[in-house]
Amino acid sequence: MSALDGLLRKEGYHILRDRRTLVVLLALPVVQVVLFGFAIRTDVNDVRLAIVDPAPDHATIELRNRFVSSSVFRTVAVVSRTSDLDPLFETGAVQQAVVFESGFASDLESGEPAHILIISDTTEPNTGNLVQAYALAVIDGYQRELASPRRGASALAGAEAGSALAGAKVRVAIVPAVRMRFNPTRESSNLFVPGLMAFVLTIISSLMTAISLTREKETGTMEALLVSPLRPWEIIVGKVAPYLVIGFISVVAVLVEARLVFRVPLRGSVALLLFEGGLYILVSLSLGILISARTSSQRVAMMGALLVTMLPNVLLSGFIFPIESMPAALRVVSYAVPGRWFVQIARGIMLKGVGLEYLWLETLILAAMAVVLLVASTRSFKERLE
Amino acid sequence: MTDIAIEAKDLTRTFGSFTAVDHISFEVRTGEVFGFLGANGAGKTTAMRMLIGLLAPSSGTARVAGHDVYTESEAIKRSIGYMSQRFSLYEDLTPRENIRLYGGIYGLTRQQIRERTDRMLARLGLAGVADEQVRSLPLGWRQKLAFSVALVHDPRIVFLDEPTSGVDPITRRQFWELIYEAASAGTTVLVTTHYMDEAEYCDRISIMVAGRIGAIGTPADLKKQFGVDSIDELFVRLARPAEKRIPDPGSPIPDPYFPSDTKP
Repeated sequence: MSALDGLLRKEGYHILRDRRTLVVLLALPVVQVVLFGFAIRTDVNDVRLAIVDPAPDHATIELRNRFVSSSVFRTVAVVSRTSDLDPLFETGAVQQAVVFESGFASDLESGEPAHILIISDTTEPNTGNLVQAYALAVIDGYQRELASPRRGASALAGAEAGSALAGAKVRVAIVPAVRMRFNPTRESSNLFVPGLMAFVLTIISSLMTAISLTREKETGTMEALLVSPLRPWEIIVGKVAPYLVIGFISVVAVLVEARLVFRVPLRGSVALLLFEGGLYILVSLSLGILISARTSSQRVAMMGALLVTMLPNVLLSGFIFPIESMPAALRVVSYAVPGRWFVQIARGIMLKGVGLEYLWLETLILAAMAVVLLVASTRSFKERLE
Repeated sequence: MTDIAIEAKDLTRTFGSFTAVDHISFEVRTGEVFGFLGANGAGKTTAMRMLIGLLAPSSGTARVAGHDVYTESEAIKRSIGYMSQRFSLYEDLTPRENIRLYGGIYGLTRQQIRERTDRMLARLGLAGVADEQVRSLPLGWRQKLAFSVALVHDPRIVFLDEPTSGVDPITRRQFWELIYEAASAGTTVLVTTHYMDEAEYCDRISIMVAGRIGAIGTPADLKKQFGVDSIDELFVRLARPAEKRIPDPGSPIPDPYFPSDTKP
């Protein structure tokens, strides 16, 4: 019976007998997916829309129908004067209004600018921006159809579709439509699942490794292992390998649940995703070992893991807040956050379906981090003996 | 095989400006029960940790089981057993699983582990609780089990760091029976304690005072040499002048287990 075999078995007993922690570890990913999927949504639904159409014509009716038929908007009022909107906004009955000018269709047909004014309730700026972007997307879709000659000809017989396109102008301040590109259904769950994997792996790998190693220090069993002929790498492998297994189980659980409950696509290679997940787990495990080398109590280790791994990996990885909108200094810091690279890789594989030919740089960075941290953590483990 | 199991010469360990162990020299003969006495913070644990390869000495030399502590710590680790001040078994494993774990770590075969487990559990009277988690056992039982586990691989030398602290007198007596049993089988025992009655059980003792060895010899010789009636009295006499050396609370004694200052 080899020493390592015995160590692994013993760690297995620790995990299986600590039922509460095990349940938390296994339930965590599943519950997180549900929480993030249903509660923390950044997309909006059922936007209450008012339409101001003083002189309805075929173009305005067509466009109004498009708003009605989109699942995002619900038309709650159609009025004829802009001044009628004030009470609707004040009571919160509508969140957004689309105002047509009279002679909309004839302007389009004659090539004059056809004006649409979009008014949004921006009490919640993020929601406001999003809702604006949705409305613009609807209008844009209509314009694009007009621009295509066949559809344009049938919709506006005899009109100069090209110049109509150029003329249709929309007055809106900011258009935050960039990040919708690979997420045409605008489901935030598609974006959060890759980030969530990083989050769950960080908890299991860094936090649990740091805690389980410092627990052995606290109870004094670490000494017994250090005095034995076991080599440092054997002790480390024996401690962390079982968490590697739990980490993989969690990744698979999150992927399956995301697929079944939220229909998040997995367009790229599953094998590649699991490989990258393995790299990220190695990085996190090493961080956990490093943290445990610097602390001697479970409480401190937990706080350390929260500070060093959880916070950056949640806040600076692009999981919740887009990296592009961070201040320059934080953007620089985010380069050092392993989660940032893993989230990019996972999004690339899952949503864009790309492979290593596009993700080699991120993969290389993650692999380099894994090597450096593994070496550093094994060394820190040895140094403690001196 | 040499007759000397442990040999230390001018062994020293400093933590920053604090000298925990200050040029100690002593020899322990094979098969001897050697007591390492001293007040808390006198340097017993630090000295022991240098001998078992958990802490590098700052200067001086030492050989354990014939191996040099600087260059042959792997060989030392294979020939010694160690029972720490803190409980060294896994509380969420059963006695049987603990024995199997440590047996595996020290490279015993499956067959050897099985035999020794049965023998050990029978000797300790723990056969009935072999498959209960250790945390459910009384402290005294656990300490005896921990001692046996430290001997699972038949080490030439066993180091016991305050093995009986917090244990009731009857269990302590039984514990010492186990120690004698091991010694009569040829195992060298180095044991630290601050129970002075236990000192009388040792073949020879050394009393550490503020990092130095204040006295060394058989209990009987020491009592004669210093003209005292008990080791207790001797201990108090040696320890008292050193009290003014105890660091003030502003500069706490470094934790010998996880020193923050690892400068040589």
